[in-house]
Amino acid sequence: MKIQSLDPRVNRLALDAESPYENNVLQQEDHFQTYQVFHQKKRGDKHICVGIVHAPSDEMALVFAKEQFARRGETVNLWVVNTRHVLAMDYDDTDIFSTTTEKIYRDPAGYKVNDKIDAYKKSQIDV
Amino acid sequence: MFDSQTTAALKKMMLVHADDHLILGHRNSEWTGLGPILEEDIAFSSIAQDKIGHALGLYSILHEHLGEADPDTVAFMRNEKEFYSCQLVEYPIGGYDFSLMRHFLFDHAAQIRFDHWALSSYEPLAKLARKVKGEIKYHVFHADTWVKQLATEGNVESKARMQSALNEVFPLALGLFEACEDEEMLVKAGISKGEKAMQELWYNHIEGLLSGWGLTMPDMKAVQPAFGGRHGYHTEHLQPLLDEMTEVFRVDPSAEW
Repeated sequence: MKIQSLDPRVNRLALDAESPYENNVLQQEDHFQTYQVFHQKKRGDKHICVGIVHAPSDEMALVFAKEQFARRGETVNLWVVNTRHVLAMDYDDTDIFSTTTEKIYRDPAGYKVNDKIDAYKKSQIDV
Repeated sequence: MFDSQTTAALKKMMLVHADDHLILGHRNSEWTGLGPILEEDIAFSSIAQDKIGHALGLYSILHEHLGEADPDTVAFMRNEKEFYSCQLVEYPIGGYDFSLMRHFLFDHAAQIRFDHWALSSYEPLAKLARKVKGEIKYHVFHADTWVKQLATEGNVESKARMQSALNEVFPLALGLFEACEDEEMLVKAGISKGEKAMQELWYNHIEGLLSGWGLTMPDMKAVQPAFGGRHGYHTEHLQPLLDEMTEVFRVDPSAEW
């Protein structure tokens, strides 16, 4: 039995209706590596991580990144970085980012400087 | 600006290459949704779409500057005898090895041709060539990366398949350089280098790349170039492609899209 489709391209492939892949579980090494893609919109801008591509080599990752992430809109440059080269924190360690409340003096938002600036501006206009 | 004989040769030349791009673009779009991996599916489909865009660019010059019918009519209302595409582009997609090798051999030829047109004396063509330069650069980058990957980094099977694809596609690809009538008029007018010179530039370039990747060039003297396309002689594959491609358009050619 071949797969019958309304799409003539699929019929031309003459695919067996019984999938030979049914019991064929992919192993870890059957997958391509992932690459993180960094996109730069304008010269001088930071490259921003926009997602991943799967690829068998660095160069191939760049080929794919161009079409995945730079097909539309403005782009001047792309980087790809093999994900295994990214050293990341563990989500279990998220607590190291928490700050105790009494250290509000370390946070610029803790200073009510805007009131003083507004008052100063107002005094300048009045003069 | 050109005499009538040169103008006729110019029209034929642009029609030839517009047809090549339209038919190959259509063929390669048959991989959409069926590509080997998602990323490649998107890349190859996008390249196929670019090809149709380049065909449109050429048909538009024929329409706007040289009095031919509008691009849709020219693309969708002719039968196979009136198409001047080479036989290379009409062959079915085959396996991915065949399609990749065809893409590689075609796009290197396209790059050489458009680079030459960018400097040509016919300004509408020169302008188009400058506009599509970046797209063709990507097509070549894509083709080179794939063929190199499979020929040098893959396994024994991928290397063997690249070699046999090269052996199979190379004689067909020589059809890209089948000369048209009055070609010398275009050489004189500074529009074309002539097909023989183009083929030589192409051959030397791809020979350097392919042999660097461990592939062996087929013996030029032993191969039979697939000529005929430039004079309307095609294989049995073109008419079914045209039937499928034009099926919707021909339901109502006057429909507004």
